Amino acid sequence: MSTADTLQGFKRDGRVVIVGASLAGLRAAEALRDEGFTGKLTMIGDELGEPYDRPPLSKQVLTGWVPADGTTLPRRRDIDAEWLLGVPADGLDLANNHVRLADGRTIPFDRMLISTGVRARPWPVEAEAALDGVFVVRTREDAAGLQRAVAAGPSRVLIIGAGFTGSEIASVCRERDIPVTVAELAPSPLVGGLGAMIGEIAADMQRAHGVDLRCGVKVTQLEGDAQGRVRRAHFSDGSAVDADVVVVALGGIRNTEWLRDSGLAVGVWGVACDAGCRAFDLNGLVTDDIFVAGDVARSPNPMYEYRFISLEHWANAVEQAEIAAHNMVSAQADRWPHLSIPTFWSIQFGVNIKSVGVPTYADEVVVTQGSVADHRFVAAYGYHGRVTAAVSFNNAKWLDHYRRLIETAAPFPPPCPTPDQPLDAKPVPVDFPGPTLLAQGATVVVTGHDPGERRVTAMRQHR
Amino acid sequence: MTTTEAPDILPRILDYSNRADPYPLYAELRKTPVALQEDGSYVISTYRELSGILHDPHLSSDVRNLTHPMPAMQERGTPSFINLDPPEHDRMRRLAMRHFGPPHTPGLVTGMEPDLTAIVAGLIDDFAGKQRIDIVDDFAYPFPVTVICHLLGVPREDEPRFHVWVNAIIDSIDYNPKTDPQEKLENGVQATKNLRQYLGGLLELRHGHPGDDLLTRLANDNGPDGRMTDAEIVSTANLLLIAGHETTVNLITNGMLTLLRRPEMLRRLRTEPDLVVPLVEELLRYEPPVHIIPWRAAYSDISVGDTVIPKGSQIMLMLASGSRDPDRFHDPDRFDPDRQDNQHLGFGSGIHLCFGGPMARLETQIALTALVHRLADPTLVTDPPPYRPSPVLRGPIHLLIDQN
Amino acid sequence: MRVVVDLSRCQGYAQCAFLAPDAFRMHGEEALMYASNPDDAQRQQVLRAAAACPLQAILVDQLKGRDAPVGTSPS
Repeated sequence: MSTADTLQGFKRDGRVVIVGASLAGLRAAEALRDEGFTGKLTMIGDELGEPYDRPPLSKQVLTGWVPADGTTLPRRRDIDAEWLLGVPADGLDLANNHVRLADGRTIPFDRMLISTGVRARPWPVEAEAALDGVFVVRTREDAAGLQRAVAAGPSRVLIIGAGFTGSEIASVCRERDIPVTVAELAPSPLVGGLGAMIGEIAADMQRAHGVDLRCGVKVTQLEGDAQGRVRRAHFSDGSAVDADVVVVALGGIRNTEWLRDSGLAVGVWGVACDAGCRAFDLNGLVTDDIFVAGDVARSPNPMYEYRFISLEHWANAVEQAEIAAHNMVSAQADRWPHLSIPTFWSIQFGVNIKSVGVPTYADEVVVTQGSVADHRFVAAYGYHGRVTAAVSFNNAKWLDHYRRLIETAAPFPPPCPTPDQPLDAKPVPVDFPGPTLLAQGATVVVTGHDPGERRVTAMRQHR
Repeated sequence: MTTTEAPDILPRILDYSNRADPYPLYAELRKTPVALQEDGSYVISTYRELSGILHDPHLSSDVRNLTHPMPAMQERGTPSFINLDPPEHDRMRRLAMRHFGPPHTPGLVTGMEPDLTAIVAGLIDDFAGKQRIDIVDDFAYPFPVTVICHLLGVPREDEPRFHVWVNAIIDSIDYNPKTDPQEKLENGVQATKNLRQYLGGLLELRHGHPGDDLLTRLANDNGPDGRMTDAEIVSTANLLLIAGHETTVNLITNGMLTLLRRPEMLRRLRTEPDLVVPLVEELLRYEPPVHIIPWRAAYSDISVGDTVIPKGSQIMLMLASGSRDPDRFHDPDRFDPDRQDNQHLGFGSGIHLCFGGPMARLETQIALTALVHRLADPTLVTDPPPYRPSPVLRGPIHLLIDQN
Repeated sequence: MRVVVDLSRCQGYAQCAFLAPDAFRMHGEEALMYASNPDDAQRQQVLRAAAACPLQAILVDQLKGRDAPVGTSPS
């Protein structure tokens, strides 16, 4: 039988298992059916209920406008799938091509998609994390709990971590006139994603809206009362603050533990895959039948020197899902690379913040349009003299232009003046805390001598 | 890809004899996406290049950035936001938007739905007993004029006065010193002065008097951006009055023409009420009311594809051509309201996207729905109908139909 | 009904907030917030809003019946 016959047979009555039934999983399933896959499709998800949208959880759900169970995702089409919900996948057997569930069952497949996403990073001290009034925000149950706590009118909300989610939550609380303290280890909010210059603007925005913003400090202890309710937080500078709601917004942990012994290239940064979403095994060899999409995927981006990049972006999940689905049912010559320029948004303090490209992949940044003081501007990021990213504050209608600059490797700083270019526009160092462009340390060791023997073994990761 | 070859295409598009069907000429024009004209100006006609340049911050809407000033834009007084760049554009548009739409006045357009429905019903009631109807004079013109007068606070009974001025202004937009009599321009300039003087007179009465119309609200505004000057209010009202009734008339009329040419679509619209929503979007792609942005200016050198348009150049944007570009729209010359992903250029794109688009959409949806339900077996009297002179705001001057 | 907006494509033109103000709201000048599962009474307005989006970034449920067994546990 030829390869083409095999592929046609697989499309007709093969078995596809999608592990992770959220945005990426759902869109991949729809795309598979669009592509003409008529075989058996199984959706595995650890949460009960239909796939739902997460970005509203820290915004319109938290304001109380939209109920936490009211963000169910619309469908592009019927996917005719078997849904196995409420039990997480526990392991992957590549020798026998089956997924193992936590309840012991095994689900066989011909091809599978990993889209298990990320979960919220919990407060590291378990007893403190368990106090009443301490929240993370990732699931709709998390959001429902926090929404109730915020609606009850707490005396103060402490938010640990001033990334995008933490800043959005601070914004919603301030809109309701609830006293808010934000604690951030870095020198300013958003600095890890957008650099020091934007970080300072974000800090000004928070303070202008009455946030008690404390940067460069670490929360050392959450203190509870006799009823097990959180009451106070202590900081590394010796100060303390009374708060009856604490939101832990320290980012996410990629859900890859279940793949630890699978033989795939898996780590804290996710599951490595090629630009066509095919997973790598530990040796860096690409697999034929295992695909990855969404927050859990880490793939090389040709626009950024083929570096492996993981993105927790909504649009990235959708686009990767569609690429993965297409490639699952396509012959080698018909496969697509995932080449879109990353895009991201955040809504906070009445400002629409959007980015295009990879702002962390930059050494300089310059405000190219508008007014920083009015929080209406665009800033372009450059690396070695070319444009690699741009960020807008309430100026999103221009970002398409910057996407084209990135795609065409246009020179940085952009040479031609625009009507609303600030007079003092000069590139400044982008100044990210930590070596964001560098490797985060070894993840594997190599053993063996002969070319036929050399293999890679994963190092156990420390969190 | 830039070339001066086939320099006669644009003049042929502008020539009145091709007004009824400019689309084959647009297809010719698209063979040169960025076409340098003999006078040094550039014409852009393909979707990708148009949508790119509409988001390019180096493209200016301010006539002062043209190396060779345009006669048609002289002596027009304080510019409205359509002819301004950020940050002035953004401030003026925000100030106007405060009283027209979100975030400050979100319910205004939907709140007018009962009024729009009633105006439409009244106009159609007047068809009674008439076998022959002019869709333009009897319906598509008076409807949006009534709406914009009400919104702005301009007395509806003054329409005969300002209608003459508006026509002279529209006529002079595409004034060409080489081919047109000087009188055409002078009439336009005088009409602009007259219209502004008239609006200024209305504005004077509004200061210190509360009220719901846009002139009154702009006159008494006190928001975070302050208040427009009287000259700015007049220029804004001038823009909205012209745009508010010289464009929707074309959209409604083009809509009826398109439906009358496709009786099966007209019947479908009777039985599928939701169809009118995507159908109006498809109209905006297929027979848009605004075909051309007659000029923009290169604020500094602009790269479009592999062409660099030098600073100060005049740029003409052929929006209606872009919306028929086969590289973007499958089977673009087919009218297909079921079309997916219809990102047409009917209202432009970028920061200058049509200010009144939502109102125009709702007006046209309500108008077409009522017309197809209440006209009995309508037929076109002449096809093609006679067109207005303008290649920019393109539409029939009359659309005669018979109902049986 | 079910709605999702691809906010990475949204450029803040607010056409949806004009045409379906109960389901789509501007937060400041440019940021959009929306009701993901608006009431069926808003159907006509939401369809108008979705069609009017210049970026075609609003997805409304295409399904009449659906296959998903809500809350199904495999055990």
